[in-house]
Amino acid sequence: MREVAVVGFAQTPCVRETDGTTNGVEMLVPIFHEVLGGLGLTKSDIGFWCSGSSDYLAGRAFSFVSAVDAIGAFPPIAESHVEMDAAWALYEAWVKLQCGEVDTALVYGFGKSSAGQLRRVMAMQLDPYVVTPLWPDTIGLAGIQARLGIEAGLWDERAMASVAAQSRANALSNPLAQLSGRVDVDSLLASDYVADPLRRHDCAPITDGAATIVLAAGDRARELCERPAWITGFEHRVDSPSFGTRDLTTSPSAVAAGKAAGADGVEVAELHAPFTHQEILLRQALGLGDDVAVNPSGGVLAGNPMFSAGLARIGEAARRVHDGSASRVLGHATSGPLLQQNLVCVMEGRE
Amino acid sequence: MRPAAVVGTGQTHHAAKRLDVSMAGLCREAIDRAMADAGVDWPDIDAVVLGKAPDLFEGVMMPELFLADALGAVGKPLLRVHTAGSVGGSTGNVAASLVQSGVHDRVLAVAFEKQSESNAMWALSVPTPFTMPVHAGAGGYFAPHVRAYIRRASAPEHIGAMVAAKDRRNGALNPYAHLKQPDTTVESVRASKMLWDPIRYDETCPSSDGACAVVISASPTSSRAAWIRATAMRTEPTTFAGRDQVNPQAGQDCARALWKQAGITDPLSEVDAAEIYVPFSWFEPMWLENLGFADAGQGWKLTEAGETEIGGRLPVNPSGGVLSSNPIGASGLLRFAEAAMQVMGTAGDHQVDGARVALGHAYGGGSQFFAMWVVGSEKP
Repeated sequence: MREVAVVGFAQTPCVRETDGTTNGVEMLVPIFHEVLGGLGLTKSDIGFWCSGSSDYLAGRAFSFVSAVDAIGAFPPIAESHVEMDAAWALYEAWVKLQCGEVDTALVYGFGKSSAGQLRRVMAMQLDPYVVTPLWPDTIGLAGIQARLGIEAGLWDERAMASVAAQSRANALSNPLAQLSGRVDVDSLLASDYVADPLRRHDCAPITDGAATIVLAAGDRARELCERPAWITGFEHRVDSPSFGTRDLTTSPSAVAAGKAAGADGVEVAELHAPFTHQEILLRQALGLGDDVAVNPSGGVLAGNPMFSAGLARIGEAARRVHDGSASRVLGHATSGPLLQQNLVCVMEGRE
Repeated sequence: MRPAAVVGTGQTHHAAKRLDVSMAGLCREAIDRAMADAGVDWPDIDAVVLGKAPDLFEGVMMPELFLADALGAVGKPLLRVHTAGSVGGSTGNVAASLVQSGVHDRVLAVAFEKQSESNAMWALSVPTPFTMPVHAGAGGYFAPHVRAYIRRASAPEHIGAMVAAKDRRNGALNPYAHLKQPDTTVESVRASKMLWDPIRYDETCPSSDGACAVVISASPTSSRAAWIRATAMRTEPTTFAGRDQVNPQAGQDCARALWKQAGITDPLSEVDAAEIYVPFSWFEPMWLENLGFADAGQGWKLTEAGETEIGGRLPVNPSGGVLSSNPIGASGLLRFAEAAMQVMGTAGDHQVDGARVALGHAYGGGSQFFAMWVVGSEKP
């Protein structure tokens, strides 16, 4: 395989609501400027562009079409789009770089969750014939999963609250986080349920935001970045959508992606876990021991910009390689209800 | 980049309303045919790529998730591509890159649209800030471009009708086509109702339910394979000062990159058949120019001389094209698959004799997203 690395990353602040439109342009222009400016690149230096977003989140068809305005008019670009979290757009771009035609790619994702009622919108992702008509919302479904794990002895409400407290504490060092602070587990556990056994702190906040990553191959990566985050494993898998036929207390697709990508030996892992119990579930599925620093950015419990949060996990993990604080890291992304689809990107720094 | 080839193709019987199948059933009809054509089984498939146009067309957000079982994707990588009307073509190109890169050996590409689940006209008419509402569907959007082309190229008014009559006659040769109208003539097209001047009813694509699937492999086991000689994609924004919507720069750049990669210097002489995305008849001459088969303003002359008929110098849309079947998200992959069928010699009654090199073309949005591939019978 060709050597490909994450060389640049930028993201918007995670906020409850932006003033911008649902096409993402107002969020994307500043971060394109930041990531390209930081690398000393311009639009014409990018060989391939790929994005991830959702029409349903925007409440309109073709929402990604207007996002292209953020790139600028001329010349035309080699470009593609996935209706998925932009972590999968990063995967498509990585494959494109593996083909050897281009040496650089810019990937972006965006979403304005505040434009609709997120937990209801996401119900449109379920089986339209037999599940969506019941309108089970995101939090209700996650509550069922959390309950199953508690009954199986895999986690409990205190362990879940500890995840939330750790996320908020980690986010103190992340100026772009939506939620941060020192919170005490006992006081978290004294709060009311949102959907038993989930409390407010167990659920990721609703966030508007966008993120972008620049990939480069071989010597181009070495030119652009002092310490590139070389991708050593990049894998994704999907599970059955049928809640009744899969074991909801684990995630076979996360297990398989982690194994194939080589999750062993990572020092830092950024996990895309929108609910506290899912962070515990993913740690188990990916075989991450207590010595692995999980979500030093605070993770998505500190800010969950839909369709760019997975990409941002990979960016945050890569940043630990760029700044020299880690040499082997993992970024994870999820998509679909209850961790149905999972992606793992393992990166390392080289001396 | 290692060579890859289409080793099997499949499609549904396209119709206005396929009420006999669910979305899953529709996809499987195409997939099962493609896999049987390729002689492969589920364990042979390493990954699945699904393409379709806006989710609002069926009313399901990211339907590949609930279709994962039906697509045979469980436990495997599943990608969902969406690049507007060009998406079927992009789906083929992404699947090709998964094999060409060496990441996978055999990939299944599927594209579908089940327009009867929803109302495409409504889905395309959601008001959005800072965007001029058209409220006239795609025909209303493209009619002024067609008018501009006719004026610019001084094209006679019957050219559009010639394209429509040819594509409908070709569609009658294709067992899977939605519209089979062998009796369509230039006169009958010109007598049909004017919808969006200058586009008449018979010059307009239907609204179809349908799906298409192809299997792409690095190591074909049979000599019957369509080798992918080049792929290209280009995008430009919908509106900006100086934009030429009749002959868009993105399409020209995409074609130039495609021919270069395929080693083709004279497309008109070197390409034996072309499946070009023509949802409204006049886009045949417009895209012939944009693709470099003819100089600007000259494309209609190929059509008028009958060169785009089966048996002509460059048969265009021998399958009947988008004018005979239009399951939007699948329409691009149908073009790509039909191009592959031509060089594999499996196009049946609409086979172009001796076709060895063929073009698959798709476009989308406001003539701003382009995806293309060139396939050939010889291994590159």
